Amino acid sequence: MTFSLPVILQAVASGLMIGGVFALISIGLTLIWGVMKIINFAHGEFLMIGLYLAYFLVTKFGIDPYLTILITTPVLFFVGIGIFQVSIKPILKHPPMNQIMLTLGISLILQNLALVLFKADVLSVRTRYTGINYHFGGVVVTLTELIAFFGSILATLALYYILKTTDIGRWIRAAAQNPTAATLQGVDVRFTYLLAFGIGSACLGVAASLLLPFYYVSPTVGLFLGLIAFVVVVLGGMGNFLGAFVGGLIIGLTESLGAAIMPGSLSRVLTFGIFILFLLFRPQGILSRRQA
Amino acid sequence: MKQMKQYREFLVPLVVFALAAFLPLFLKTYYMHIAILILIWAYLATSWNILGGYAGQHSLGHGLYMGIGAYASTYLALEFGLTPWVGIFVGMAFAAIAGWFVGYAAFRYGLKGAYFALVTIALTEAAVYVVSNWKAMGGAAGLEVKYLGTDPFMMQFDSKLPYFYIILFMTLLAVLTAQWLNRRRFGYRLIAVRENEEAAEAMGVNTLGTKINANVLSAVMTAAGGTFFAQYFTYVGPRVVFGEVVSVQILLFAIIGGLGTVWGPLVGAVILVPVAEIARAELGTQFQGAHLLLYGGVLVFTMLFMPNGIVGLAKSIRARFGKTPDDTMSVSASEGGAS
Repeated sequence: MTFSLPVILQAVASGLMIGGVFALISIGLTLIWGVMKIINFAHGEFLMIGLYLAYFLVTKFGIDPYLTILITTPVLFFVGIGIFQVSIKPILKHPPMNQIMLTLGISLILQNLALVLFKADVLSVRTRYTGINYHFGGVVVTLTELIAFFGSILATLALYYILKTTDIGRWIRAAAQNPTAATLQGVDVRFTYLLAFGIGSACLGVAASLLLPFYYVSPTVGLFLGLIAFVVVVLGGMGNFLGAFVGGLIIGLTESLGAAIMPGSLSRVLTFGIFILFLLFRPQGILSRRQA
Repeated sequence: MKQMKQYREFLVPLVVFALAAFLPLFLKTYYMHIAILILIWAYLATSWNILGGYAGQHSLGHGLYMGIGAYASTYLALEFGLTPWVGIFVGMAFAAIAGWFVGYAAFRYGLKGAYFALVTIALTEAAVYVVSNWKAMGGAAGLEVKYLGTDPFMMQFDSKLPYFYIILFMTLLAVLTAQWLNRRRFGYRLIAVRENEEAAEAMGVNTLGTKINANVLSAVMTAAGGTFFAQYFTYVGPRVVFGEVVSVQILLFAIIGGLGTVWGPLVGAVILVPVAEIARAELGTQFQGAHLLLYGGVLVFTMLFMPNGIVGLAKSIRARFGKTPDDTMSVSASEGGAS
């Protein structure tokens, strides 16, 4: 709660680190929104699934937390695909509010299923990476945060590469730009939606494994992180890949600087305040020029 | 004769609620509690329905107004000994102001559909954190209504009976308001805005003003429900009356019962609340959240298989068998939600 320089610098460092993970979480959401114009309110709960999965892999099977990526990512991909097939695909042509209500229903189900299965306990892991810190001047950065930050950047770049250079990426971008034209060019749009939903969810698998070593997991963890993803996506412009990344860093900084200078959990008010202002005055986001 | 016909539409709600007034003769205390819960959620969902169902603006943040109503009356009673009978109107006044600002800000800048939903969710979540950090409001622990035994002046009773009649009366008023909107110019304007805003604007409807008014009316009604909620449960907490989860619960019954219909929210609550409450009572200790799990499941089911809700489904069945639905408001949610 002081304004001294070291405190601010420390907050900036931690903010950037967590911001990288926020960015990765949000990129999944913005991908799904950009491609099929669906706002997935269960996004945070998908992340929660990933966190629980990573938690049990680490604690029950003793797997290295970062190796769990190899399991959480494909599992989340198939969770996304499964949920898409069963519930989202049938209502793709329905009005947006129906889709929002549906995904809200899914989030209620997942959140409370977790509550029934795992109780309300807040769980976290201690790994061999815990407690290793690096000092840069007066700023302390933990190894786990550092790995999460660079891991997120790496995952984002990988996804960007997939979207730009592979056939799947071209299908996804074509379907996002103009589904009808894409269909005429021989792109199976439904299948592309399925893939995009799977990939958007798989991002959360990566994010979950990167987050777990320095974060926590509880049934309601998705409530907050899901909302953060919305904030970031709106900030960056819905469907804007690069915007989501910049937005993630901005919100990471806001959260940690807010926490450093404001008492209690008031920094959350700051985050939501920025969100509301952006929705009102610049709904197209910071980077987009066209009107949303 | 014309006069008679004009008021006949109110006859059905009056008769239904008059009959409901005899329910306590047959219900044990526990079932009285369930009846009160049904009415609370029916009341809140009916209030939400005016904005969400009639005007087609899906607020995901009605917890904001419920919380304002609940906290205003509770705080004033604790701090100044003000009776909740007055506090309820103070809460409604605050909610009116909040509703006006939210409506003005959101609709002035043309927020629609998902964007409006996101702004309202952000507002009610921000309210959670504001109240959690506000010492006078009890912070994260919330406020407890001081126990006074039976004290009608302070809207407190040891028996469930008075609570039942208060919320029954409130729900009757809400249903009458919805019924009234069905046939009045303001109601038509709401539907016009929902169905096609540009066309409504072209026809001379002040769409901005209409939407703001709908938001204010809906907010004021919701706040009154908040005060009753606080008095009945004698406790208010940031996440109990504010926030995303309670906001979703408010709209749940309207969506499941039938968006934009007079009876939808009530029907939704009558069917769902008892099941959820039994699930909570039977499984609650072992499986916390069982009732919300059920709500989520029913919401998904509704969106997949009957997007117009129970009342909408009943109407389409009636229409199929040749009878014309008498309710002109019965516009499907699949059309109504589009924006």
